[in-house]
Order: sequence, then C-alpha cells, then structure tokens
Amino acid sequence: MQEKMEKNVILLAIATLITISIGGLVQLVPLYALDSTIEEVEGMRPYSPLELAGRNIYVREGCYLCHSQMIRPFRDEIERYGKYSLAAESMYDHPFQWGSKRTGPDVARVGGKYSNDWHTAHMINPRSVVPESIMPGYPFMATTELSYDDAAEHLKTLSIVGVPYTSEQVASAVADVKAQATGEGDVDAMLARYPKAAVGDFDGNPDKLTELDAMIAYLQMLGRLVDYTNYKPEMDYR
Amino acid sequence: MAEPEKDALSGRETTGHEWDGLKELNTPLPRWWLWVLYATIVWAVAYTVVYPAWPTLSGYTKGMIDYSSRGELAKNLAAVKQSRSSWINRFEESSVSEIAADNDLLTYAMAGGRAVFAENCAPCHAAAGSGSVGYPSLADDDWLWGGKVDDIYTSIRYGIRSDHDDARVSDMPAFGADELLNAQQVADVTAHVMSLSGGSAANAAGATVFEDECAACHGEDGTGNRELGAPNLADAIWLNGSGVDAVNAQVKNPKHGVMPAWVDRLDDVSVKQVSVYVHSLGGGQ
Ligand code: HEC
Ligand code: HEC
Ligand code: HEC
Repeated sequence: MQEKMEKNVILLAIATLITISIGGLVQLVPLYALDSTIEEVEGMRPYSPLELAGRNIYVREGCYLCHSQMIRPFRDEIERYGKYSLAAESMYDHPFQWGSKRTGPDVARVGGKYSNDWHTAHMINPRSVVPESIMPGYPFMATTELSYDDAAEHLKTLSIVGVPYTSEQVASAVADVKAQATGEGDVDAMLARYPKAAVGDFDGNPDKLTELDAMIAYLQMLGRLVDYTNYKPEMDYR
Repeated sequence: MAEPEKDALSGRETTGHEWDGLKELNTPLPRWWLWVLYATIVWAVAYTVVYPAWPTLSGYTKGMIDYSSRGELAKNLAAVKQSRSSWINRFEESSVSEIAADNDLLTYAMAGGRAVFAENCAPCHAAAGSGSVGYPSLADDDWLWGGKVDDIYTSIRYGIRSDHDDARVSDMPAFGADELLNAQQVADVTAHVMSLSGGSAANAAGATVFEDECAACHGEDGTGNRELGAPNLADAIWLNGSGVDAVNAQVKNPKHGVMPAWVDRLDDVSVKQVSVYVHSLGGGQ
C-alpha cells in the first residue's frame, strides 16, 4: 500500500485530500449543525440597502486588510474596543469581515464613536484629523456617485444564501437607500424595516448621494444593533 | 517475515523499497523524536477530555474543568476589579468634583484619564486636547458648555448634538441659507462680529442686527452663553475657523459640532477619570 502510494502521484494526492478533508469536516460541520453556535440576541437585523452598499465598498477597497471586525474575549481588547463580538453579530455577513490583521484598530464597534463630519474628513484624508495616521485617503469616495439601481438585486442575492430579507424589503430597496441617505421620502417605513439605522446626509454634501454616504452609514451602524439590556452573557459562555 | 535486506557497501539495512534499481537505506527516526510524537498524541487526547472538544447531538462535551474563554474573561475582570477595589469603589461613590478635590484620587484619575483620552478623544480633540478647526481646544479656559468639572462630565457623558436623549443641543439658525437675513445684513453683522474682538471698525447697522438676531444666544456683548453652547465671539478663540470668511460662512449656513455620547461606550469610572483629566488640562474652572 505505502509503496503504491509513494510511487503514484495521483493516488498520493487523492489520499492526502481525503485525510485533510476529514480533519476539516470534523472541525467545521458540527459548528453548522449546533444550535449553540449563534447566540440568541435581540436587535440583530439584516443590513439596510445603504449600509449594504457601504459594506460592499468596504470589501471592494480591502479595508479588512488593515481592520479587523472581531473583538476577542480578552481584557485588553474589551477595554479598548468594547464588548467582545458575538457570533450573532456576523450572522448576516456574506462574507464576514473578521479580518486577521490590525494595521489599524478593530472597527467592530466603531459605530457612534465618531461624528459623520469626522468620518468624512478622515476618509478623505486621515491625516487631517489624525496627524500620525498611516491609513490611505479615499478622496474619490466623496465625489463618486453611489450606483444603487441594483440595490434590490443585492438583497435578493443575499436572501438566496439565507439572509431573511422580506419581499417588501427587496421591493423598497432603492427607495430605502434614498430615504436613509437624504432623510427624505418614507423614512419611518425605512426605519421600521431597519431599526436603529442612522439617517441623514452623511458626507456633508446634500446635493449628491456618494459612495462616502454609504460607507459612513455602514461604519455608523457597526456594533450597535444588539440590544444588551436583556442579554445574559453567562448563558453563552463558550 | 524475511530478514531485512542489507546494503552491501554500507552494511546497513534497507527499507526494501526500490526505485529504478536504487534502494533506500533504512534510517529510523531518532528515538527521542518518536517519544515526543507519542507524548503529543497523549496530550491531545487528554486535552479533549479536560477542555471542551467533541460535538454531540445536542451540543458539545464541556470538559472536566468547565472552561470557556468568555467565562475566563469574566473571572479575569472580576479579579482585576477586586484588586483595584480600594480605589475603584471610591471613584464609584464620589462625584467628579469630589474626585478633583482629592489628591489621592486625582493621581489615579490623571493616569487613567490620559489613557482614555488618547484612545477615544485625541482623534478629534488632538493630542493633549489642543483641538483644531471644528473641534474645540480643551486645554484653554474658553468653554462652550462650561468648564466646571461637573459641566465637563455632563458634556462627555451625553455628548453634544449626539443621538443620546440627554445630549446638549442648540442650533444656530441658518440666517443666510434660510433667508432670515439678506446679504447686506449678513455682511453687516459679520463686520460687527469682527469688531467685537477688535479686528475691525464698529458697524452700527451690524450692531442692530446683532442685538435683534444674535444677542439672545451670544449675549448683548457677544461673550456667549454656556447654557446654549453659544461661543464667545468677543475673544480671539474661534471654533469654526477665524477670519471674516469663516464668520460669514457660519452666519449663512452654520456648522454644528457633534460630539458623541460616551455613557454607553465607557464605564462610569473611565468617564469620571477623563472628566477630571480634561478639567486639569488647562483652564478648568
Ligand atoms: C494601510 C492600512 C489601512 C487601510 C487599507 C485602511 N485603514 Fe482605516 N485605519 C488605519 C490606521 C493605521 C488607522 C488608525 C489611525 C487613524 O485613525 O487614521 C485607521 C483608522 C480607521 C478608522 C478609525 C477607527 C478608530 O476606532 O479610531 C476607521 C473608521 C477606518 N480606519 C476605516 C477604514 C475604511 C472604511 C477603510 C477602507 C476604505 C480603511 N480604513 C482602510 C489603516 C488602514
Ligand atoms: C467625533 C469627534 C469627537 C470625539 C471623538 C470627542 N469629541 Fe469632544 N467634542 C467634539 C466637538 C465637535 C465638540 C464641540 C461641540 C460643539 O460645537 O458644541 C466637543 C466638545 C467637547 C467638550 C465640551 C467643550 C466645551 O468647550 O464646553 C468636552 C469637555 C469634550 N468634548 C470632551 C471630550 C472627551 C473627554 C472625549 C473622549 C472621551 C471627546 N470629547 C471625544 C468632538 C469630539
Ligand atoms: C439659537 C442660538 C443662536 C443664535 C440665535 C445665533 N447663534 Fe451663533 N452660534 C450658536 C451656537 C450654538 C454656535 C456654536 C456652533 C457649534 O458648536 O458648532 C454658534 C456659533 C457662532 C459662530 C462661530 C463661533 C466660532 O467660535 O467659530 C459665529 C461667528 C456666530 N455663531 C455668529 C452668530 C451671529 C452673527 C448670529 C446672529 C445673526 C448668531 N450667531 C445667532 C448659537 C446661536
């Protein structure tokens, strides 16, 4: 048997693949099957279409290469960034943005930490507010119009992989983008669909709905959805 | 099993494997290496017994010592709190003005407050609170909302124009953009504002506009009102930029600084510490 394997590269490859797959499956499959993997929390909802557009820009620009979105349960991390991240907080993420490199700080709970003005200045030129920053500037986001006619398609695609968008949410996706980014239109209906969404002109330029509006809408919601008032952490010790 | 074949030249055993007439000498792994391997296997099995490991139908095996990383963190935090209890408790029980008056607590507050400030506040208020356009300096004695340590504590806890219900709020009207004043009146009142700090000659028309439209918030003499966060316009310190153009822009279409609320982000002891730290930075009152 060993002799055969050693001499036949294809057999060797197949056997290696089988061995590694067993290891991988044993680690991964139970996590999908276990009810206890994702905590039961109040307040989590899928992204609003504008936040989702911002999130897509976050992925497109590779922000995850410098920023993690995963506060681990260590004292130094929670003292700096806030409560540790729950699995529930990324249950609607496809793909998740946990990241593995922190050139910049973790942003899992950056929502509400800064004003929209600050984010605008910081995204256009980080050194205008943080002189020692090594983050690149993204000035083009402030001038590039957001393309969002396909907002409904994005929601539909995510619902195929299990994000519970309702048909109502899909149908009103484009209107919801506008309502959230301008504060005009049916804002109440948008907020009923996406509670706690930040509303308004985010980048200080009300004439244009830009990529920066979407980016800041996304950053401002990060880490703010879960309602911790009734949450009992000791139920989810693991 | 047949006797292992010996290599004629070296006299060592071969593995019996042959490639194109070449045979491999049997060079076993060093004994110590093998033992280390066995030891790691035993370690791994023991680990799965002691720590949470195997999935079951309804959950997973919890292990013998009931370990969880989140539980461990909670214990760790409780232990830290315990070890600090001698002064943490006093912070919890004391008001910020009591802390500022107590030399002992002041020392702790300065050290803790400096760390909190560097992480959370410096991105806006700059290192050591020196500020920049739109972000007030916290190191001078010019305060928008009040420089007593209790005022500072309130500003920090609930923020200014933040989304917290108890935030400090007040909005200067957009006199230009909403056409409350015409262009001439805007120019006049701007000139009057500039004259308040000695930058230009008095402007009688502007002074009248100021009295009618601005004095309610900024005061008759333009020295501001801390109840409303209306800045002093009669000094050389400007929040939203100095010079005629900046003042003109503010009258036409005012900026409204937003400062986040920290009550839900930082624990109360940290907020108290950073309040006392800010109070000490420059002109605490
Ligand atoms: C080259 C690495 C790098 C990349 C890429 C990068 N950043 Fe940063 N970022 C940093 C560093 C370093 C800081 C800390 C200094 C500062 O505040 O600018 C930072 C800070 C931030 C902060 C403030 C976080 C806090 O809590 O203070 C935000 C928000 C942020 N970045 C968003 C983004 C977004 C959005 C993108 C993608 C469009 C991005 N960053 C891409 C390095 C990076
Ligand atoms: C997103 C930027 C931002 C951050 C972060 C921030 N501030 Fe502020 N802060 C402001 C702005 C803007 C104002 C002025 C608000 C106004 O226009 O009235 C302000 C005002 C204040 C005031 C009132 C000043 C006065 O003159 O009355 C205090 C005190 C203060 N900040 C302390 C802090 C502390 C302490 C922190 C950190 C825990 C902090 N700030 C973080 C933007 C920020
Ligand atoms: C409802 C109250 C209110 C009224 C009325 C008002 N202001 Fe203001 N004003 C404010 C507040 C609050 C700010 C601070 C804005 C901020 O914190 O960003 C301010 C800021 C300013 C500034 C900028 C100061 C600086 O340090 O940068 C100027 C200049 C100014 N006001 C001029 C005027 C003039 C001129 C009028 C009358 C035409 C006027 N204001 C009427 C509340 C008022």
